[in-house]
Amino acid sequence: MYEHDVIVVGAGGAGLRAAIAAHEEGADVALVTKLHPVRSHTGAAEGGINAALQEGDSWDLHAYDTMKGSDYLGDAPAIDTFAKDAPEEVIQLEHWGMPFSREEDGRVSQRPFGGLSYPRTTYAGAETGHHLLHTMYEQAVKRGIEVYDEWYVTNVAVTDHDDPEKRECHGCVAYDIKSGKIEGFRANGGVILATGGLGQAFDHTTNAVANTGDGCAIAYRAGAPMEDMEMIQFHPTTLPSTGVLISEGVRGEGGILYNDNEERLMYEYGYANNDGELASRDVVARAELTEVNAGRGIDDEYVHLDMRHLGEERIIDRLENILHLAEDFEGVDGLDEPMPVKPGQHYAMGGVECDENGETCIDGLYAAGETACVSLHGANRLGGNALPELLVFGARAGYHAAGRDMKTAEIQTGPSAESEAGDVEPPVEPGAIDRGSEDVAADGAAVEPTSVIENTVARERERIETLLERDGINHAEVRADVQETMTDNVNVFRQEEGLKTALRDIREARKEYQNVAVSDPSRTYNTDLIHTIETRNLLDVAEAITLGALAREEFRGAHWRAEFQERRDEEWIKHTMLAWEDGTPRLYYKPVILEGDEETYEPKERSY
Amino acid sequence: MSTQIEKQETETEEQESEPAVESPGEKRREQKRQRQAEREAQRETEEATLDDEETVTLKVFRYDPEVEGKQEPRFDDFRVPFHKGMTVLDALIYARDRYDSSLTFRHSCRQAVCGSDALFVNGRQRLGCKTQLSDLDGPVRIEPLPHQEVVKDLVVDMEHFYEQMHAVEPYFDADEVPEGDLEEQRQSRENREKVKMSTRCIWCGACMSSCNIAAGDNEYLGPAAINKAYRFAMDEREGENRKQERLRIIEQEHGVWRCQTQFSCTEVCPKDIPLTEHIQELKRESVKNNLKFW
Ligand SMILES: Cc1cc2nc3c(=O)[nH]c(=O)nc-3n(C[C@H](O)[C@H](O)[C@H](O)COP(=O)(O)OP(=O)(O)OC[C@H]3O[C@@H](n4cnc5c(N)ncnc54)[C@H](O)[C@@H]3O)c2cc1C
Ligand code: SF4
Ligand code: FES
Repeated sequence: MYEHDVIVVGAGGAGLRAAIAAHEEGADVALVTKLHPVRSHTGAAEGGINAALQEGDSWDLHAYDTMKGSDYLGDAPAIDTFAKDAPEEVIQLEHWGMPFSREEDGRVSQRPFGGLSYPRTTYAGAETGHHLLHTMYEQAVKRGIEVYDEWYVTNVAVTDHDDPEKRECHGCVAYDIKSGKIEGFRANGGVILATGGLGQAFDHTTNAVANTGDGCAIAYRAGAPMEDMEMIQFHPTTLPSTGVLISEGVRGEGGILYNDNEERLMYEYGYANNDGELASRDVVARAELTEVNAGRGIDDEYVHLDMRHLGEERIIDRLENILHLAEDFEGVDGLDEPMPVKPGQHYAMGGVECDENGETCIDGLYAAGETACVSLHGANRLGGNALPELLVFGARAGYHAAGRDMKTAEIQTGPSAESEAGDVEPPVEPGAIDRGSEDVAADGAAVEPTSVIENTVARERERIETLLERDGINHAEVRADVQETMTDNVNVFRQEEGLKTALRDIREARKEYQNVAVSDPSRTYNTDLIHTIETRNLLDVAEAITLGALAREEFRGAHWRAEFQERRDEEWIKHTMLAWEDGTPRLYYKPVILEGDEETYEPKERSY
Repeated sequence: MSTQIEKQETETEEQESEPAVESPGEKRREQKRQRQAEREAQRETEEATLDDEETVTLKVFRYDPEVEGKQEPRFDDFRVPFHKGMTVLDALIYARDRYDSSLTFRHSCRQAVCGSDALFVNGRQRLGCKTQLSDLDGPVRIEPLPHQEVVKDLVVDMEHFYEQMHAVEPYFDADEVPEGDLEEQRQSRENREKVKMSTRCIWCGACMSSCNIAAGDNEYLGPAAINKAYRFAMDEREGENRKQERLRIIEQEHGVWRCQTQFSCTEVCPKDIPLTEHIQELKRESVKNNLKFW
């Protein structure tokens, strides 16, 4: 058994920031990550990081934009904290040497981004995430923070009180991908899940293959509820063949969207008369698909994004990476031709419910980054708000887990924060699978940390042994079934019938999953085994997304429903929550907090 | 037709001949199996009718120290249906998901930023996700990066690479940081331009693997690590003192002076970093620096 004060699972932006914070606080901290830190998906972020840095801008403007962007489904305490802390975090990155793009006077550049009332997006070319990730990894190296890289975390070690809010997290279990060795990790202060996105639940996504929602599923099965899972962001500009992202920076710099009639669709079809291409992502994604569905798409599939008029110099200075992506993955020269784009799954606004200090309702279990839902992005994340999120809330989770005294959280977590019971009957009973690993770890009163961890390790060993030894089907088929049905039925446009079909398909896939087996018997670098476990996690998150989407009978932010074409504030300014109850998701709601530090946010219509 | 496809056919037949069981779950599974078999059969007819232009044959290096029959390195052939825009990584994923789930390689971002799928393809270091199959002559030979220890199939041990990267103290370390929390260190546009290319490294290890010197001298820092040193030594924000220390690190016996300007690293770098140029520039800097001291 390994022992540290704080264990951070995942070493992308959120994990690294949390680890550095915990280290600053004097804790002995370790990063456990299935990819080497520099391989994390934060490295793929292109566009930039929002922070109110300039005179004329201010944190409350940033907060206001974020609340409005969230379509009033964000929690004000989270949003205020975020907007206040972001500038210092960004300048700290600058102090750590991050190569930001610069103005003539040597200050960091800022550019306009969708949904922002001020050009407050700092960036480093069109490869901001790469620089952020590497800069933070460098700082982790500088501090000598221990990294267990290529270790896959399969579960957390949590005591088994009936009430999840009485549970405690003492550590986690991981196996060393290189050797197959399964070990317990004891965390005296806390375990921080920072495992990133879940894009692999869909088959057209900007996300990496490793983004399989592991942290969400692990926390959920341990008893921490998932929040607002239906809120999936579809990015309007991804390359049709691969899902590779064309940064919002292209539109920020003045890129234009055209349909097959060479019309500037955002204006000419009136999708966003004020903001045009710079309207929020949900608006643009719907506009594009509407065009395609109306027969005005190119090849019946996509639209064109044109940046030629920006001129070679500006493109190379600020968007060079885009030229490479369009060339490498679509064979298009962005200096000479418009680029083909269509919407693709991009970001999970929902995730593990946690408070402003990153803590879930389980003592000692934290979540940060895309895995988490402090409730900052609500129904729609503004471009450039995810990277500062992982800085601000990654840091706070790190400090808190390491024992810093923090202001008491205003956002309540756990089923006790509930306002009303959910009223959606899932049309099919969501079957549970491989029950052995989903129970929490200790027996009754046994709360001695070591034994909790040992029990969890034993269970995980058994689960993995079974997968390796039995015969059965390949997980790849199950995964493909889930991805297909999610893309067909739980996409930008959603209908009740489709959602029910998706639930049924997921249920079917769960059944199938009971027969999966790993055919590679090796203990050395067994990717077949990793992917098989990941697929199980994908099932849980896909089901949560679909259930949430079915429950929310309104149109808010990224969540569009054919039957409900209006935002229904009286009824729906509330979070959809899902708690794991013995394998059956329990749906309930929790109020949105609109009361901020300085003012209470009044829901306004989002018009662009 | 490749051996993998033949093997699958026999497996499908075996599955079909299993007796059907009555429980509803079993029934559904049975139906699914049938559907699967149908799909499989359809796929195979499709594949059988493909002419050579529509398939690509991969010759993939296989090795697993643990599994009997794989301890002796060998090459496996996979025949994969080709579509426009298909990359080497796409083909490997296809082969793994359809033919042999034990086929092992690293990959994640599929967009040339995570650096995990550097491979030796048709005799050259390349990122699998960035390499179009249509640019290669078939059969496409895929091997792990040379000069690195093979863990399994296409996965190499990266430890040595990481150690060399860490040896140059790869972190920003300014002599002075501005006082205020919100006060930036100014950097001129020219200086950012100067270090820009060097900051693009994704730690893929292709350069190191292509370098003859690194192959012969295990302690040689290698192009990636020296480039990393360049990234900081040339950053005006770090200050003169730190720069001196950085130059001392790269001047050591197994540092910049080992480089014989063969340009192989520069040729293979998927991020177009002018590695050889950066190494040369550091050599010049270090000469200047030493002259100053004498
Ligand atoms: C293409 C793209 C472009 C984007 N551009 C922007 C942008 O311009 N601005 C912006 O603000 N946001 C952007 N985003 C969003 C933002 O980049 C992500 O939300 C953010 O980087 C997620 O960071 P993370 O640290 O939460 O997760 P990741 O960076 O994905 O890190 C996850 C980590 O968890 C580890 N992990 C996962 N599962 C396990 C497990 N079971 N065991 C052990 N370790 C595990 C992985 O190894 C990895 O280290 C973009 C996203 C994408 C996909
Ligand atoms: S310098 Fe280029 S080839 Fe070498 S590790 Fe970095 S990106 Fe790869
Ligand atoms: S998969 Fe990330 S670089 Fe190729």
